[in-house]
Amino acid sequence: MTAAFGAGAEAPGTAVFVNIGERTNVAGSARFRRLILAGDYDAALEIARQQVEAGAQIIDINMDEGMLDAEAAMVRFLNLLASEPDISRVPVMIDSSKWSVIEAGLKCVQGKAIVNSISLKEGEDAFLHHARLVRRYGAAVVVMAFDEEGQAETAERKFAICERSYRLLVDRIGYPPEDIIFDPNIFAVATGIEEHNRYAVAFMDAARMIKARLPYAHVSGGVSNVSFSFRGNDAVREAMHAVFLYHAIQAGMDMGIVNAGQLPVYEEIPEDLRVRCEDVILNRRLDATERLLAIAEEYRGGGQQAVAPDLAWRSGTAAQRITHGLVNGIDEFIVADTEEIRHQVAHPLEVIEGPLMDGMSVVGDLFGAGKMFLPQVVKSARVMKKAVAHLLPYIEARKAEGASRSNGKIVLATVKGDVHDIGKNIVGVVLQCNNYEVIDLGVMVPAARIIDTAIKERADVIGLSGLITPSLEEMAYFAAEIERQGFTLPLLIGGATTSRAHTAVKIAPNYSGAVVYVQDASRAVGVVSHLLSETQHDAYVAEVRAEYDAIRTAHQDRADAADRYPIVEARAHPAPIDWAGYTPPRPLVPGITVFEDYPLGELAAYIDWTPFFQTWELRGTYPGILDDPTVGESARGVYRDAQAMLRRIVEERWLQARGVVGLWPANSTGDDIEVYADDDRREVRAVVHTLRQQTGRGRGRPENYALSDFIAPRSSEVPDWLGGFAVTAGIGVDERVAAFEGAHDDYSSIMVKALADRLAEAFAERIHERVRRELWGYAPDEALANDALIAERYRGIRPAPGYPACPDHTEKRTLFELLGAEARTGIELTESFAMTPGAAVSGYYFSHPQARYFGVGRIERDQVEDYARRKGWTVEEAERWLAPNLNYDPRHRERRG
Amino acid sequence: MTTPTRVAGFSTHEERIAALHRALSERVLVLDGSWGVLIQGFGLTEADYRGERFREWPQDLKGNNDLLILTRPDLVRGIHRDYLDAGADITSTNTFASTSIAQADYGLQAYAEELNREGARLGREVADEFTARDPSKPRWVAGSIGPTNRTASISPDANDPGARGVTFDELRAAYAEAARGLIDGGADILLVETIFDTLNAKAAVFAIDEVFEATGVTLPVIISGSVVDLSGRNLSGQTVEAFWNSLRHVKPLAIGLNCSLGPAQMREYVAELSRVADTAVSAYPNAGLPNEFGGYDETPEDMAERLGEWARAGIVNIVGGCCGTKPPHIRAIADAVRGVHPRTPARVEPRLRLSGLEPFEVAR
Repeated sequence: MTAAFGAGAEAPGTAVFVNIGERTNVAGSARFRRLILAGDYDAALEIARQQVEAGAQIIDINMDEGMLDAEAAMVRFLNLLASEPDISRVPVMIDSSKWSVIEAGLKCVQGKAIVNSISLKEGEDAFLHHARLVRRYGAAVVVMAFDEEGQAETAERKFAICERSYRLLVDRIGYPPEDIIFDPNIFAVATGIEEHNRYAVAFMDAARMIKARLPYAHVSGGVSNVSFSFRGNDAVREAMHAVFLYHAIQAGMDMGIVNAGQLPVYEEIPEDLRVRCEDVILNRRLDATERLLAIAEEYRGGGQQAVAPDLAWRSGTAAQRITHGLVNGIDEFIVADTEEIRHQVAHPLEVIEGPLMDGMSVVGDLFGAGKMFLPQVVKSARVMKKAVAHLLPYIEARKAEGASRSNGKIVLATVKGDVHDIGKNIVGVVLQCNNYEVIDLGVMVPAARIIDTAIKERADVIGLSGLITPSLEEMAYFAAEIERQGFTLPLLIGGATTSRAHTAVKIAPNYSGAVVYVQDASRAVGVVSHLLSETQHDAYVAEVRAEYDAIRTAHQDRADAADRYPIVEARAHPAPIDWAGYTPPRPLVPGITVFEDYPLGELAAYIDWTPFFQTWELRGTYPGILDDPTVGESARGVYRDAQAMLRRIVEERWLQARGVVGLWPANSTGDDIEVYADDDRREVRAVVHTLRQQTGRGRGRPENYALSDFIAPRSSEVPDWLGGFAVTAGIGVDERVAAFEGAHDDYSSIMVKALADRLAEAFAERIHERVRRELWGYAPDEALANDALIAERYRGIRPAPGYPACPDHTEKRTLFELLGAEARTGIELTESFAMTPGAAVSGYYFSHPQARYFGVGRIERDQVEDYARRKGWTVEEAERWLAPNLNYDPRHRERRG
Repeated sequence: MTTPTRVAGFSTHEERIAALHRALSERVLVLDGSWGVLIQGFGLTEADYRGERFREWPQDLKGNNDLLILTRPDLVRGIHRDYLDAGADITSTNTFASTSIAQADYGLQAYAEELNREGARLGREVADEFTARDPSKPRWVAGSIGPTNRTASISPDANDPGARGVTFDELRAAYAEAARGLIDGGADILLVETIFDTLNAKAAVFAIDEVFEATGVTLPVIISGSVVDLSGRNLSGQTVEAFWNSLRHVKPLAIGLNCSLGPAQMREYVAELSRVADTAVSAYPNAGLPNEFGGYDETPEDMAERLGEWARAGIVNIVGGCCGTKPPHIRAIADAVRGVHPRTPARVEPRLRLSGLEPFEVAR
């Protein structure tokens, strides 16, 4: 399918409908966002190049992302773009909601660009000021149909705002009318809310009026918004876009932000789909949405009709069929095929050691060669387990001596105090696929039990996993413990917060045996096979040791060379907030609000899918990953399975979502936040302790942030408020997991956990939105699409204890007590302050417009001592809980002064 | 200090600008030629450049031609006279490198504003002298603003294409200072010339617009780019039309080209500008392409013949010479365009015209 509209109607370089590429937008493209966040500008430039090659005549560049210095990213990207003539031959659209970012971008482009956007949102003065500057920089401008009252939804109001903007620009400051592009707001239709059904028609009506009455002005818009309610179904979305454009262009729309190259040709859309899309877009029937929904599923996945499975492979030999079933994850025939071979061999064990292991080694080879991906491998394991389960009774009956010979025995566990195990389970499955025997002790396993099991089972390797930062300390402790007991077997370290550096610096020195960090499941087999190989073991261990020694040395140097402030001095540069001119918004619903059994169907729409694919070790961002040439097929498969399971989770109520929100009077005192019993603010009900950055000025921003900076100081006498929340979507997940594991279905077991995690995150996103709009109510008119939510384009933040802005997990206890979270939601805290069930999210809400995410980073001894005093801890306790953040080695205490 | 010469209808700033617009509608105007080649001909020594004032300056100053404004104003006046004698309508000031950024090579960044002010004042003095002598042929002073020796769009570091040797705001500050000096010294026109990098020029015109707003004085601006080779692009990669789209918001008195090419190579790009520009077009090529010794060979007669043809073909409004051209060239060119009806600016429909390295136009 190719673009339906584009250049060519007139002279080269002239266009009747202008395609503006949308993929170089951190809000519009999850992939671009990830690359920019990772600083991979070369790959990000490739996206720009693809846009231009696919027919984008202008590229829209947007860096509005909460975790990003958007100005710096805009400048860097535009400067790099300037040295790529095949990209920079086209004009750019500098897209930001922040004027400072737009202005920084304008200073980097030699061509005539478009600014996206300005509006009357902040009144006429700001509007004209920006317009004058845009002209002075020599750019054209997008003007949003947005005024002091908000975004326009009806055609009349859209036009009224555009007309007022036009008159101001043209009459008041002589802005060239041909350089004005109106964006009369494309909003989602078919959302289930009746007023939304007219949104596409309203856009077209406004476009007609603009073209008729505002000479020379242009009309543009972000097309993909219109199909937002069909997220996940690209075939239907693309059809809606094509239908929308077909009609909107006739109405006068002459530019559009689109995924260039992915628009189907209007005439080529299957008629049934086209007509129903048209009914929705043009609001032609009351049941238009239902009718489109009714056929949407048929077109999911690139619009291809479901194909009858090809069963030609069934004509091979039984061994060939077993291999095919394993490689393709088809479990339908595996029992029959296994049974067939069982009759041909002397001992049922031979079925496992013969055809089944042969098939799995094909899987292992394909995985190792990057031709299969994790979801497929896990499906293969499911098939394997089903075959083995079928054979076990026969093996028992024959009282076989010794089980099949495995490559080695590995004990896996998620450490004490931690409940996260998806990654560990995946490692287990992958190792099993490669004929290792895995003894999985589950979650929250104390060191003593792991050690006992390793001795009793004569394990060859121990693997530890953990997700939260206190688990890092537990792992260091574990290493010291097996050293004390004279172990020599290798220790593997994995999980989200672990790292090569931490393993090298904090764990490996505690143990004289081999300690190896395993970055992900795909590395596990290589690491274990090296460790257990008689020929490669010594060289491999020596290589790892040398590498970790180098990391330790580098770490030492870094800590010494750092440019740091003492805490007292760091406090002199807090976040630059002027409290004198600011009144914090008073919550509309102060106190506690409980959400019991929140509708899961509503949350499904808020899912951020990219991390889901990361769980399955598929590299890429949603939705681009579905079309990725390498992993796309695998991604589509796991995504399809996820959608199917998600539907069952919602319809059959497998899971329950529960949450609680609290909004309390609060003021800061230094780096602490006092939460008051009531609005008199006399009785302090709890104190939230925050940590402050001590990074020196030579390393970036001039400020040293602490979260307490975002709450008005008590001394200012400005009444401020702090929010907190705890949500889970994991009630019921254990039962499902147990059922799947009983059926030897690791794939579904991992899937349900991964989806519960996603739903919990989606729940946090949704509740935060409701807090902003309804409970705290400081942004009642906010209307953001999911991609904008994911990009955090809203006011306020929700940092979580244990994460970079507030790394102390123990603060969760205070938060939970304030919320009554354990009683109200069923979420409990472990001794390491992990939340159980694991599919849970908690955090604070800050409402100040300047509140932003940051990382506290490394802290110095002076702050640790101060923090210990504030928390009523000994310094040693503080050092234990803050260990990952210390910029010094507490073991060297005595050396100091 | 000489007393400014008063000429009826030409003594105030507004009167001179009105006369300029009138003249442009009546005839092809002639700009002067190269300054460098004449200064080179004087065979000056380090001591000449230093004069009394910079005798003790810690850095070498030889080659800082703009400094002669302060140390050898007699020579500068002489060059203005030579070109006005040859028949130029507009004389450009000796301030091509008088930005703080370019003067920093000599440690003289603090003198940038003074150089511009004094440079314009010398031009004003000589031009008024000529106008007083023959009021039927008024003369104008164009304050020269060169490109500086840094580029805002091109990385100076081969290993990091995202690096920049100068920022928009640094350029903007330097250009603003130059513009203020030229306005104070009495320039009639600001001539942003020899533009290799369009972003530098955008910073220049941004600064100029700010200075106009701050001082309440608005001068006509001539923007002159430089097509660096036969690909038809400037150093930063833009085609001529893309370059025009980037700068047309300034509504300049004229858009044009100078330097890098001789008349033979430059013609097609001038013609292209002429086709798209709804304003006057200026062109002042080099005296051919450089020969193997770095000199320029095109004779006054050769150049006059070509530029006369441009005028008759109706593709230019202002002509002159750049590297290698001397007063005899200007005299020949002035003779060749005398009496030729000037080009009529293109009629251009209002359309959204954008640019990257290439132009992009949106149909209505």
